[in-house]
Amino acid sequence: MSETIDIAALNGVKEGEKKRPRSKEKRLEIACQTVEARVRNYDEVALGYGPAEAVAESMRCLECPKPRCVVACPVHIDIPTFIGLISRGKFSQAAEDIRQYNNLPSVCGRVCPQENLCEAACIVNDTNPKNPIAIGRLERFASDWQLTHDVRDAASVHKRPATGFKIAVIGSGPAGLSCSADLAKMGHSVDLFEALHKPGGVLMYGIPEFRLPKAIVQKEIEYVKALGVTMECNVVVGRTLPVKEVLDSYDAVFVASGAGFPNMMNIPGENLNGVYSANEFLTRVNLMKAWKNDSAGTPIRKPRKAVVVGAGFTAFDVVRIALRLGAEEASIVYRRSREEMPGRGEEIEHSLEEGAKFVLLTNPVKYLGDENGFVRGVVVQKMDLGEPDSSGRRRPVPIKGSEYEIECDLVVVAIGQTPNVLIPSNLPGLATRWGSVIKVNRESYMTTVPKVFAGGDAITGAATVILATRAGREAARSMDAYVRDPARTWNPPA
Amino acid sequence: MYTITRKKVLASGVIEMGILAPRIAKAHKPGQFLMVMNREESERIPLTIADSDPAKGEVTIVFLEVGRSTIELGEDFKEGDSLFAVVGPLGTPTHIEPFGTVVVMGGGLGVAPIYPICKGLKAAGNTVVTIIGYRRKDLMFWHDKLAGASTETIVTTDDGSFGTKGFVTDALKTIHDGGRAIDRIIAIGPPVMMRAVSNLTQPWGIPTWVSLNTIMVDGTGMCGGCRVEIGKESKFVCVDGPDFDAHLVNWDEMFARMKVYTAEERAAILANHECKLHLDNIKR
Repeated sequence: MSETIDIAALNGVKEGEKKRPRSKEKRLEIACQTVEARVRNYDEVALGYGPAEAVAESMRCLECPKPRCVVACPVHIDIPTFIGLISRGKFSQAAEDIRQYNNLPSVCGRVCPQENLCEAACIVNDTNPKNPIAIGRLERFASDWQLTHDVRDAASVHKRPATGFKIAVIGSGPAGLSCSADLAKMGHSVDLFEALHKPGGVLMYGIPEFRLPKAIVQKEIEYVKALGVTMECNVVVGRTLPVKEVLDSYDAVFVASGAGFPNMMNIPGENLNGVYSANEFLTRVNLMKAWKNDSAGTPIRKPRKAVVVGAGFTAFDVVRIALRLGAEEASIVYRRSREEMPGRGEEIEHSLEEGAKFVLLTNPVKYLGDENGFVRGVVVQKMDLGEPDSSGRRRPVPIKGSEYEIECDLVVVAIGQTPNVLIPSNLPGLATRWGSVIKVNRESYMTTVPKVFAGGDAITGAATVILATRAGREAARSMDAYVRDPARTWNPPA
Repeated sequence: MYTITRKKVLASGVIEMGILAPRIAKAHKPGQFLMVMNREESERIPLTIADSDPAKGEVTIVFLEVGRSTIELGEDFKEGDSLFAVVGPLGTPTHIEPFGTVVVMGGGLGVAPIYPICKGLKAAGNTVVTIIGYRRKDLMFWHDKLAGASTETIVTTDDGSFGTKGFVTDALKTIHDGGRAIDRIIAIGPPVMMRAVSNLTQPWGIPTWVSLNTIMVDGTGMCGGCRVEIGKESKFVCVDGPDFDAHLVNWDEMFARMKVYTAEERAAILANHECKLHLDNIKR
């Protein structure tokens, strides 16, 4: 049923005819909920292309012979091919084509920073500045189409003969899902363990509903299950299941336990009530659905004046949630300037539209509490930008005597996450950097412990979904070679 | 999965439940806890594991109907029902070694979690002097079970309706002042009781450990909602604890942090349960 779209009606080109590129045209904007409506709900903000829009946008693609977008994509999706398929109305086929490179296209189409990756590289920018092909939106369209219209038996499409090898994957975030899906396609028997009660990792607890609907995440997970991956939730490896037992029961193990440990600033007053780590705030709202006032059992403090410390992806998610929880005022407090903000462009824009305030070149010094131990304000200090630091960004330098107070009843500290130490501390011989980031050989994804591979945020610290997806994929290839290798050659990190 | 194998009302509002959770039963060590979700959209609540039977694949929890989720668990769930999620065993197990004489104190609901600790300490060759305290005789439970796991057992009731009249701290003071050599003290119970024990033993210089039960979401080190200052450093109760040196706990901060959601909790109970009697429990 999926392939019955009347393409002739949509773009005036018949099947088999050469299409007329429309690269000179402006890229097609995506429909969004109005600002007034969306700050009162948790529904997705960007509504996505319909078939007609997707086909029209796909017609702008030049389908270059040496596509720069493919090079810029961390997982090297064959972008011109899938866009070509969309332009001919072959939506599910386009999605299946993407799935050869990326096991989570509906997710990545939404949360990838395309403006710095594929879309930045798009050749259309050269002749039609700031109007690259909307690759992310097209990826999202094709994949959503497949997941909602054409739920084919994925297992039968990809089924390879069973190899008889058993592989355990620890963590069901993007790295774990991606690795599991590829290993299953290769014919291995995969058991995926998740510590929380729902699979998806950061896709479930970290990214809010209005940016990544949880129903979409669960559909992607269903697809991975359909490939034959067994998932077990509520298993904390290192607690519920001893690490040694996992090692003894499988031919290889992939550790994709993410970066779930929240960083705090260790300044006075940080343990006052109403001061949250971003992880706690997001987990309450996203995973535990605290935004559903009536049905959900998990409470959250409804802010009047919220302060969010940091300016990464997470900080923007938090500030937008604070506004949806009814905050009269919600501010991003960031120690550098707008240019250095690491957040995704679209999210920064959406936050501003929704009313977020930016307090830049400013850093918290201490939090003030009331007589019951609840936060009532934050003392901040103004900053100046000095010489560039190791990250290449100009280092913020405090301005003496510039302290002042901002009133607030909610603070969320969103200054980054590091990996959980549970697995490293329960696996003797597993080398780490800074005590928690697992060391791997970047070619083989092998750790210092034979049989144990690792990838995703667990080996990098908090990064992006697409990089985790790539690590899962590359690790799967390396694990496949390892289990098939009779000598089980081990190439640990130097 | 997570079928309730048995349910028993031990005293008013105090419920004992057996839950089928084979992996947890097998891995459990004294001092560890688990997280329970009644239903798919319920909150995750931490409950200490009071006993485990690896052969049956069963763990035992004992809880007080004190908040929205524990009231729901106690009132709406019966033997044979299943819980949406149970995860554990979480937390660092209680440090057990041959200390010599260990006084283990359980106040009220705290009587349940000290059971596996007493068993473990006794098996390690310690003389285990157990002091358990209840408000009244009719609120007593598990005192025989505790006696079986201890070398000596002292029972106190606030009103003197059973055993020694007074608090567990009074009984501890009596033992100590009587000249008994005590190598270690472990106290589990309501925060006020644990703080009272801590204040009492600090001048004595006897190592005293408590098990904190702060507010948590995941229970695995992810949210940090459980954090509390221990010796001037912020620690996560779920992974660094739940056992801590009582003399290093910032009790004032912990008491304040326990009350973050009191308003939300009251509103939820009033909205969801006609029976408001339980609000009395929350005040305590």
